[in-house]
Amino acid sequence: MVDLVESVDSDLVSPESNPTCPFPDEVLEPVLSLINSHKDRSSVSLVCKDWYNAERWSRRHVFIGNCYSVSPEIVVGRFPKIKSVTLKGKPRFSDFNLVPEDWGADVYPWLSVLAKAYPFLEELRLKRMAVSDESLEFLAMNFPEFRALSLLSCDGFSTNGLKAIATHCRNLTELDIQENGIDDLGGDWLSCFPESLTSLQVLNFASLNSEVNFNDLEKLVTRCKSLRVLKVNRNINLDQLQKLLLRAPQLTELGTGTFTQDLVTRPVADLEASFGNCKNLLTLSGLWDTNSLYLPVIYPACASITFLNLSCAALRSFELAMLLMHCKSLRRLWVLDTVGDMGLEAVGSWCPLLEELRVFPADPFEQEEVAGVTESGFVAVSRGCPKLHYVLYFCHQMTNAAVATVVQNCPDFTHFRLCIMNLGQPDYLTNEPMDEAFGAVVRTCPKLQRLAVSGLLTDLTFEYIGKYAKNLEILSVAFAGSSDLGLKYVLGGCPRLRKLEIRDCPFGNAALLSGLTKYESMRSLWMSACNLTLNGCRVLAKEMPRLNVEVMKDEDSEDSQAHKVYIYRTVAGPRRDAPPFVLTL
Amino acid sequence: MDQKKSTLDLFHDLDLATELRLGLPGSNDQPEIIKTSLSGNKRSSSEMGSSTCTDEQESRFSPPTKEQVVGWPPVRSYRKNILQVKKTDSDTGSGMYVKVSMDGAPYLRKLDLKMYKSYEELMKGLQVMFKCIIGLYSEREGYNGSQHVPTYEDKDGDWMLVGDVPWDMFISSCKRLRIMKSCEARGLGDCV
Repeated sequence: MVDLVESVDSDLVSPESNPTCPFPDEVLEPVLSLINSHKDRSSVSLVCKDWYNAERWSRRHVFIGNCYSVSPEIVVGRFPKIKSVTLKGKPRFSDFNLVPEDWGADVYPWLSVLAKAYPFLEELRLKRMAVSDESLEFLAMNFPEFRALSLLSCDGFSTNGLKAIATHCRNLTELDIQENGIDDLGGDWLSCFPESLTSLQVLNFASLNSEVNFNDLEKLVTRCKSLRVLKVNRNINLDQLQKLLLRAPQLTELGTGTFTQDLVTRPVADLEASFGNCKNLLTLSGLWDTNSLYLPVIYPACASITFLNLSCAALRSFELAMLLMHCKSLRRLWVLDTVGDMGLEAVGSWCPLLEELRVFPADPFEQEEVAGVTESGFVAVSRGCPKLHYVLYFCHQMTNAAVATVVQNCPDFTHFRLCIMNLGQPDYLTNEPMDEAFGAVVRTCPKLQRLAVSGLLTDLTFEYIGKYAKNLEILSVAFAGSSDLGLKYVLGGCPRLRKLEIRDCPFGNAALLSGLTKYESMRSLWMSACNLTLNGCRVLAKEMPRLNVEVMKDEDSEDSQAHKVYIYRTVAGPRRDAPPFVLTL
Repeated sequence: MDQKKSTLDLFHDLDLATELRLGLPGSNDQPEIIKTSLSGNKRSSSEMGSSTCTDEQESRFSPPTKEQVVGWPPVRSYRKNILQVKKTDSDTGSGMYVKVSMDGAPYLRKLDLKMYKSYEELMKGLQVMFKCIIGLYSEREGYNGSQHVPTYEDKDGDWMLVGDVPWDMFISSCKRLRIMKSCEARGLGDCV
């Protein structure tokens, strides 16, 4: 992790090198090259000066969790031989429109530094970065060995940028475009891949709306014999999908297009046979608009599937049940809440190996009481899936007792994200706050790393969290708590807390300042629509110079209110590209 | 410890809206409520009180109702767009099926409203399906000259006479159809 650069520099790098370190570099570097986890590498670099140096020369991949925590110059200065960079930018709440446009996280300044230091860079993975077409063009033209591009939740570019990548990256193995704010000007970018390009292994354009030229796609798939991941967009119909499957039976991950059609030009059995031919399928997604008639064609491929993403298919309970009967190996399942509690009962019955479940709302903004899933579906899954350790659950009602039962059945939770969509909703049976639910979670699940809370919550929830959640790293809080105590409890406990994001809670300056010494051990803190004032933030900024305390000004609010605050540790100082509405204190 | 002291000193200089309570956490008496974070926040206008709050909770921090809050529920824009596209996209042939009941008939039928382009076509379809005759529609008198009157339930749950609103508005708000007997329907056309 690059965040620890400064502590290493000041604490451990002494003028005299450690005389007792017995391993010469020629031994140390090859050994270290086998270590890939950036956390392990961070630990290695802290051992002594020789190990620090050996580690920095042998590192090939650098992960930067907050692009403003370090400058590109510092990164390239420390690591001379990087082949792969992962960069994350905006705070997570930007996914929900809480961060204004033009906030920052522009990748271009990074690219211009990387081009000089790492001309042979091969991989770039960006999350929540601002990426322009110019940046993509720069990338395509300045890195001759470039192979893998992954863009997740980025924005600012159009399909023209993709054209540049497709045209100029001769060795491209991966193009993974997910959930971005992209200006979709047409599907002709796909036709820009030259005939000579045969190296593609991963192609994901599921989230693009425009139609690509199918002939060109078919030819591309045919000539890229190593293609293992193919996720097409909704415009690809069943007939076309069948042709693609014929060309690429070796796929391990498939994202289909629209999975229904009016005019049946080929018997369903043919399509079923094509799926039967895909013996290596591990992941299946897409399946837009599928129904009882077409869903069964995937059954022959289901035995090997470990990850089924049905979050674009509004299945009903019996359709899901029928499907799951064929999915013996399922480990991860994403569904829409159209499957209802009955669908979740089927999950509990048929998926004993399930480790991850995500239930998304089909109609999150529908005002009428829509059917969805309730606490009983949640409990049903927990009964049948004891290995469940990751859950994301959107519902309209929940009870404390149900959550307590769930965690009793599944004590190994590492990620527990519960979203009761009605704001401030208490336990609907007892009318009490949902404090005891989350108390049960943190008490029963010692491995808990990530928690998102919801419903009517008092400070008691946070007292529980601060007291029991020893391994908690990420906490998301919205519309909860009764007073400063809530935040104080969390900041006073949770020794491993790295990311804290809070919106619309009654936490004020006293609470913020109670965490003074904690923020340097965290990646970031986001607080919006709480009770912070500019003065409170100024005090924090003054006491902790190695933090950037950024306040986003809302035109309408009074001057003393700190409406949106983003605090993060950094060795790069205040950012120089802050837009006018971001005040660094 | 020294750091803590100096921070506490700083508190005196600040304009703090908070108040520290000396009470057991989680106790039931009403906590002193800090001015809500939503006041002065134009973006998410706060409508105090939601139907899910009890009287005791009314005076607490009352969150606004769902539809007025930016970024809630926390569903990514990408996911919102998928579902919306799904709802309005009729090219994939998903149809717009509504239940149709006829007074006196033993079971209900289902009808795809997208198959019809006008009220005239719909009436023809209904007449064929139920082997009945529906009268002619007039704005003033509703349906005259037959034993059956077509009505529909709209988004608000109200039962309306078919034909008053433009066709497009009708198909987007129609949730189900009911063919009533004329004698029962009298009075529907008189509703304001």
